[in-house]
Amino acid sequence: MTSTTAPDTTAPTQEPVTPDRPRTTLTRRLSPFGYLSPTIVLIVVLMVIPIVMVISYSFRDNVIVQENSVFAGLANYTTVLTDPNFLAALKNTAIFITVSTVAHLILGLAFAMMLNTQLLGGVTKAIFRIVYILPWLFTIAVIAVIWRLLLDPSGVVNYVLQTLGLLQEGVNWLSDPGKALWAVTFVNIWSGYPFFMISLLAGLQGIPNDLYEAAAVDGANPVQRFLNVTLPQLRPVIISMAVLDLIWTSQQFALIWMLTGGGPLNVTEVLSTFTYKQAFSEYEFATASAAAVIVLLLTMVLAFFYVRLQKER
Amino acid sequence: MAVGVTRLKRVIGAAAAVTVAFGAAACGSDDAGGTDAGGAVTLEFAQWWGAELPAGEFDKIINDFTAQNPNIKIKLLSAPYASTKQQLVTGAASKTLPDVVGLDGAWVSDFAKQGAITNMSELMTEAKYDPAELASQVQIENKTYMIPVVNFVYPLFVNKDLLTKAGVDKTPATRSEFLDAAKKISASGGDVKGWALPLDTAVPNGIQNDVMSWLWASGGSMLQDGKPNLQSAPVKSTVEYVKSLNDAGVIAPGALTMKEQDKVEKFTNGQVGMMIDSLAHINLIKENAPNLKFEVAAVPAEDGYTGKRGIPYASWGIGISDSTEHKAEAFKFVSYLMSKDTNAKLSTIANGFPGNKNAQPDFSTSDPLFKTAFDIYQQGYPANEFVGLPKSEDLMRSFDEQLQLVLTGKASVDDALAKSQESWSSVIE
Repeated sequence: MTSTTAPDTTAPTQEPVTPDRPRTTLTRRLSPFGYLSPTIVLIVVLMVIPIVMVISYSFRDNVIVQENSVFAGLANYTTVLTDPNFLAALKNTAIFITVSTVAHLILGLAFAMMLNTQLLGGVTKAIFRIVYILPWLFTIAVIAVIWRLLLDPSGVVNYVLQTLGLLQEGVNWLSDPGKALWAVTFVNIWSGYPFFMISLLAGLQGIPNDLYEAAAVDGANPVQRFLNVTLPQLRPVIISMAVLDLIWTSQQFALIWMLTGGGPLNVTEVLSTFTYKQAFSEYEFATASAAAVIVLLLTMVLAFFYVRLQKER
Repeated sequence: MAVGVTRLKRVIGAAAAVTVAFGAAACGSDDAGGTDAGGAVTLEFAQWWGAELPAGEFDKIINDFTAQNPNIKIKLLSAPYASTKQQLVTGAASKTLPDVVGLDGAWVSDFAKQGAITNMSELMTEAKYDPAELASQVQIENKTYMIPVVNFVYPLFVNKDLLTKAGVDKTPATRSEFLDAAKKISASGGDVKGWALPLDTAVPNGIQNDVMSWLWASGGSMLQDGKPNLQSAPVKSTVEYVKSLNDAGVIAPGALTMKEQDKVEKFTNGQVGMMIDSLAHINLIKENAPNLKFEVAAVPAEDGYTGKRGIPYASWGIGISDSTEHKAEAFKFVSYLMSKDTNAKLSTIANGFPGNKNAQPDFSTSDPLFKTAFDIYQQGYPANEFVGLPKSEDLMRSFDEQLQLVLTGKASVDDALAKSQESWSSVIE
């Protein structure tokens, strides 16, 4: 914006002062907003208004389902924060997003390094590149259906593990309360690691070879080169990706809903499924809004760190 | 000066145009039906039926209506069941429901309380419509909010090959016979189990179709005077029976997150010998497993029970938006769908049973199992106590969670029923 207005700054000094000047200045000031107006309208209609509405709903009772809702203060927040199901969902969400993000990072980095190595030929790397990126090409619905079939007690996973002698009898991966959360997290890891891999691969390809050569001259072994060259160079990408992944994974709804619906016994209930049930099953839009606002606040903390990191860069 | 003013006008004009365009786009979607220049009324009809009927069949029925009523046009908004439900929930909340809506009995109470769907009793009176030919109506405080157009019953499906292989020569008619048959099928080898019980909590219909069906088949009720009565002997007996099936190891593994489609798939693949399922799935099963020999029967009742058996059902119901400006035209369309001939035709293509008492579905070209099921339906009575209850899906889910605790040994039947009773009582006041 400054660059567009800068050339005009000399103009007034060359022209005689006329009554038009205030209008010209006003025009200059408003022009950027005119160009930005489509975006501003979109943001207001699609973001600001819905968010403000949800926040206002969270402070009222009987919203949406009754015409005359009443102000309820913090009652909905108290209800949500003392609900054992919400607290369980919060704990499950923390486990789900932490394990998913760490695994995405480790797998993504491992596969990216493999695709960046000089040890494999171009064709081999191209084949692996396609294979590794496949999970990213499927929609969540397809992933859920595929993994429901694979993890079925009579499915392929149990068959393979039993054939290999690793299991004596079939496991109920998605319906055993002790295993369901881990099974769902595993599927989320499977579906999400390619994005990490691609981003880290781009980061790896941007590291100057000189650094590795200098480290080799200094006598650094491969592990030392990884720890002292690769990781420091990738640090900004890793941190940005990790924060973004934490935010995205905390929003994950469709995969869990289609795999387990939050069951069995609520062991896979996360904040998104909890909020959905409050709204569309119990028709408690006020408590659903309160839960959504809490999720928004938690996400904003992560977003704050992300923005700060971006500014530092 | 002129340049400055012109630019300012342009900027403001562009901004205003964009704003108006977005505003118009946002508001435009709020319009349901309308009236065109020629005076013809267009009614929007949101439903999931079109997506489940053979391609083009529903359009023919609609075209017949518009041919008879040139001043009324019908705009079909067809989507799968789950999408339709979500659209209607949000439409009801924002008072932007389409003029005519397909309804599930489980949604009626909530929509009626929100004032989103209209009292059709008044429309019947105004239109001098005789409701005597309706097989049933869903009423809240004696006012009709939904009319079931087509009913889909849920009988017992039995894999005859597996039954014969297990050495059972008679289709189970009592709970004891069913347990015995399920045990024998489960013992016949492979991964085969006697019964499938879908208890997924995302869509907890299994409680209605696969659990409470045992209660209704023995003439039992989960309500008393409209209030929850879950600690009664019949309900306790039902839950204990389901637990006994689980303890006997005859239920297909994965029940706690099993969905209805998984149940049908396992039956189709010959992995379970028996299931309680919608009659609407007969064609699907035959298409996927042409050689599968199966039959339908009434859901087994308690030993010694001789009364009429309740048979669970689900409906394609219809209602009218309270905010539509064309209620008379909308009811004209509803009465057309409920007329004897149209209703018979719709039931026939949907493989369901008509909502009009006098309509006779045509079984001449359909599978003989439909005729058998129709006989079962006529010998018993349609039973679904969740229809018309508030937050019925939530009621099913809370019961589901308690049942899961029972089946995993984390709660006793008495404790689970006491908690369900408490939970339901807070909803059904």
